[in-house]
Amino acid sequence: MEITSATPPGPPPPRKTSRAGDRIFLGLSRGSGILLLVIMAAIAVFLTVRATSALSKNEGDFFTTFEWAANSTPPKFGIAVLAFGTVVSSLIAMLIAVPVAIGIALFISHYAPRKLAAPLSYVIDLLAAVPSIVYGLWGALFLVPHLGGLYTWLNDYFGWTGIFAYQGGAARSLFTIGILLAIMILPIVTSVSREVFLQAPKMHEEAALALGATRWEVIRMSVLPFGRSGVISASMLGLGRALGETMAVATVLSPSFTIGKSLLDPGGGTFAQNIASSFKESGEIGKDALIASGLVLFVLTLLVNGAARLIIARRKEYTA
Amino acid sequence: MSDVTMDSTVVADSTPLPSYTLRQPRLPRWAPAALAAAAVAIGVGIGLGAGLGSRIQWGLIAAVVFVAGMFALAARVEGLRQAKDRLATSMVWVCFLLAVVPLVSLIWETVSRGAKVLDGNFLSHSMAGVLTIQPGGGVYHAVIGTLEQVGIATAIAAPIGLLTAIYLVEYGRGKLAKAVTFFVDVMTGIPSIVAGLFVLSFWILMMDNGYSGFAGSMALAILMMPVVVRSTEEMLKLVPNELREASYALGVPKWRTILKVVLPTAIGGIATGVMLSVARIAGESAPIVLLVFGSQVINNNPFEGAQSSLPYYIYEQWAAGNEASYDRAWAAALVLIAFVMILNLVARGIARWKAPKAGR
Amino acid sequence: MAKRIDVSGLNAYYGTHKAIEDISMTVEPRSVTAFIGPSGCGKSTFLRTLNRMHEVTPGGRVEGKVMLDDENLYGSGVDPVAVRRTVGMVFQRPNPFPTMSIYENVVAGVRLNGGRYRKSELDGIVEKSLKGANLWNEVKDRLNKPGAGLSGGQQQRLCIARAIAVEPQVLLMDEPCSALDPISTLAIEDLIGELKERFTIVIVTHNMQQAARVSDRTAFFNLAGVGQPGKLIEIDDTERIFSNPSVQATEDYISGRFG
Repeated sequence: MEITSATPPGPPPPRKTSRAGDRIFLGLSRGSGILLLVIMAAIAVFLTVRATSALSKNEGDFFTTFEWAANSTPPKFGIAVLAFGTVVSSLIAMLIAVPVAIGIALFISHYAPRKLAAPLSYVIDLLAAVPSIVYGLWGALFLVPHLGGLYTWLNDYFGWTGIFAYQGGAARSLFTIGILLAIMILPIVTSVSREVFLQAPKMHEEAALALGATRWEVIRMSVLPFGRSGVISASMLGLGRALGETMAVATVLSPSFTIGKSLLDPGGGTFAQNIASSFKESGEIGKDALIASGLVLFVLTLLVNGAARLIIARRKEYTA
Repeated sequence: MSDVTMDSTVVADSTPLPSYTLRQPRLPRWAPAALAAAAVAIGVGIGLGAGLGSRIQWGLIAAVVFVAGMFALAARVEGLRQAKDRLATSMVWVCFLLAVVPLVSLIWETVSRGAKVLDGNFLSHSMAGVLTIQPGGGVYHAVIGTLEQVGIATAIAAPIGLLTAIYLVEYGRGKLAKAVTFFVDVMTGIPSIVAGLFVLSFWILMMDNGYSGFAGSMALAILMMPVVVRSTEEMLKLVPNELREASYALGVPKWRTILKVVLPTAIGGIATGVMLSVARIAGESAPIVLLVFGSQVINNNPFEGAQSSLPYYIYEQWAAGNEASYDRAWAAALVLIAFVMILNLVARGIARWKAPKAGR
Repeated sequence: MAKRIDVSGLNAYYGTHKAIEDISMTVEPRSVTAFIGPSGCGKSTFLRTLNRMHEVTPGGRVEGKVMLDDENLYGSGVDPVAVRRTVGMVFQRPNPFPTMSIYENVVAGVRLNGGRYRKSELDGIVEKSLKGANLWNEVKDRLNKPGAGLSGGQQQRLCIARAIAVEPQVLLMDEPCSALDPISTLAIEDLIGELKERFTIVIVTHNMQQAARVSDRTAFFNLAGVGQPGKLIEIDDTERIFSNPSVQATEDYISGRFG
């Protein structure tokens, strides 16, 4: 500021340094933006290159083979079990977490006494920061031993469906993973939904109130319709996290390359968990095979996150 | 007042609108609390009676009894609309409790089990020469690893993220800016393990470098960049345009305006964003498994040889699978949580202290 | 159909701040009563105490009695939801539900009451309410289009239709024309003249000409100073208030000497 506070009379002197400064600064900042794009492209390219080299040596079918023997000769591996485990555990997580998160978000935005609401949303934000490995440790050493009773009960009443049959033993199954992932994505889904609910226009809520609506009817008439797309994108963001979660799954699951009939059977695996668990025993081809499975995970999360972003963008246009 | 009769509203009489009184039968105020107490009693009773081992089940039974009981009671006394309202209220409360229970348990377990072996010795020693089944040893090497890896990652990611955000807010028009915005969003969703695989494939497999803290830092930096860009962008957008225009009107070139006017105004928020992203990557363990490899001994050099890190240490101690190692895992988890929470609290403190007054 | 409102000794608070103090008045059935006064004098707050909307605001609290014929709105055991169903309200800014069609908007309140309606009954309610709000001819061909697509004035009449669809006893209007252009304002004022034959109407307005045009009785509110509670200065026939008020402050306000 000091250079220009007093403007000398006459035409302003040419400012060579500042023009150069502008050019350098623009170059640096634009360069950073381009670097980000380059990194994204590089991720896709490098993963694809390594993945193709692995796939060319694969004796099994990458999509339908039910085993992971990438280090034996000849290597034979397929992602069927991993894809199943990843999708199923994430879906269970969504089924549990989304309704609960909507409930908590509504609790904070419309039900809790004001004195409770502010600290509560603060705590929820803090919980989003708990590292996933700590969730994993808690899941393995606390949650797993405590789920036996629940699973026995599920088996007693819903065992006939097949998917809730429980043979006893440690509860280190896909369903447990689903519960743990649900707890982990709860904060993010909650905090995004809460923001959307808080933005719901007061005037529409008052309109509903003035018609003689109960609190629930106000929410159903004016808050939920307004927040629907926001909740959907929040859930997608949560889904993206659940799909890619690594260490918590790796700690809790007892992996095996089978797809059990029951969700409560121990075993199964997810993309991320398999990479972390089998990395250290992998040779060159084994690592490339893991990279190939990572590429699938990458594409999967790209699709989910892209969809979430599209919904958010559409919503912005809609409300603007 | 007026000689128009009520019959001017012709249709009203043919429409069966329910006649209304202001006084509706209501449940007494203490009813929900009483019912909650009864539900807990029933839950415990059934749990004890049927010999259910899991406390989680007791809680679930109590919750179901409460929600169903409240609905039935309200439907009988107050009518269906009120009953639905009560149902929604109890569901929302149950959701809240359902979520609080595991989260409180997580914190409680970590603190109570972690405090057991957490002391000065634990913080100042490595695992060198300690068998995993023995008690003793510590996290010093892991703390060193975490600090160095996170430090380097921040040194890479913070400037790039900051400059990118400046580009997007101050210069960004057109296709490039749109592409960058979109891919920053996409990048936010990259699973940490994928970032690890990327660095693995190009730095270790293709360029044939060994495992090192620095390799882990690169993966962490990739995870950190989009977070820094996003939060910095938000903060820069909060800086009122009048400030920029006032500066331009004085003939100050754009880059100096950004450096001297825009950034100082937003610096509190930017610092908060950077610290929150540091807190996020400090807890990442997946890339460390792939790139840093883990180590039992102190390695102060992040550019050469395997290191450890706090999250990795927890995983490793858990995997060792005995009581002594579990104790160490909990203690390390407590250290990690404390570190992350302190970062969070400080960051939010800064945000509150330095909040731009003219924002929003 | 229309009921008398009898207010006595009413105080309203925001947290610890007293917004209005010791208000007593009677609102006659099937008439229009206008509230005028400077900004911040509590006239809108007072209006919102008449259908228990004030207590929805965080920290909002009310003392005193509001009798609707012979029932106290603030009596114990009175359900605020039932009160709001009986005392309808139209807001400053038109607020039709954005996700609902015009038709859905009109029956929104009727649907809440849970009774099972045949389609033909609902159609009847929609037609009657929209006609009552002078909106039928403009929208009868696009009842299934979203209500947010209408002009501001049409939206406000849609909100009035929505409010009268539930056949309330009283209709409260909080500056219903302040967000509208003069032509739409005129349409609403005409409508108020028709509605008073069926409802007790209370309207808050910043526009004194409007008060003079539409109301039978006018109440003037004022406050002693910033941070002081608003008070009712006087209430009288509109003609009297505007020609020969009994309090000097009223005359000063009306003649434009302050406010």
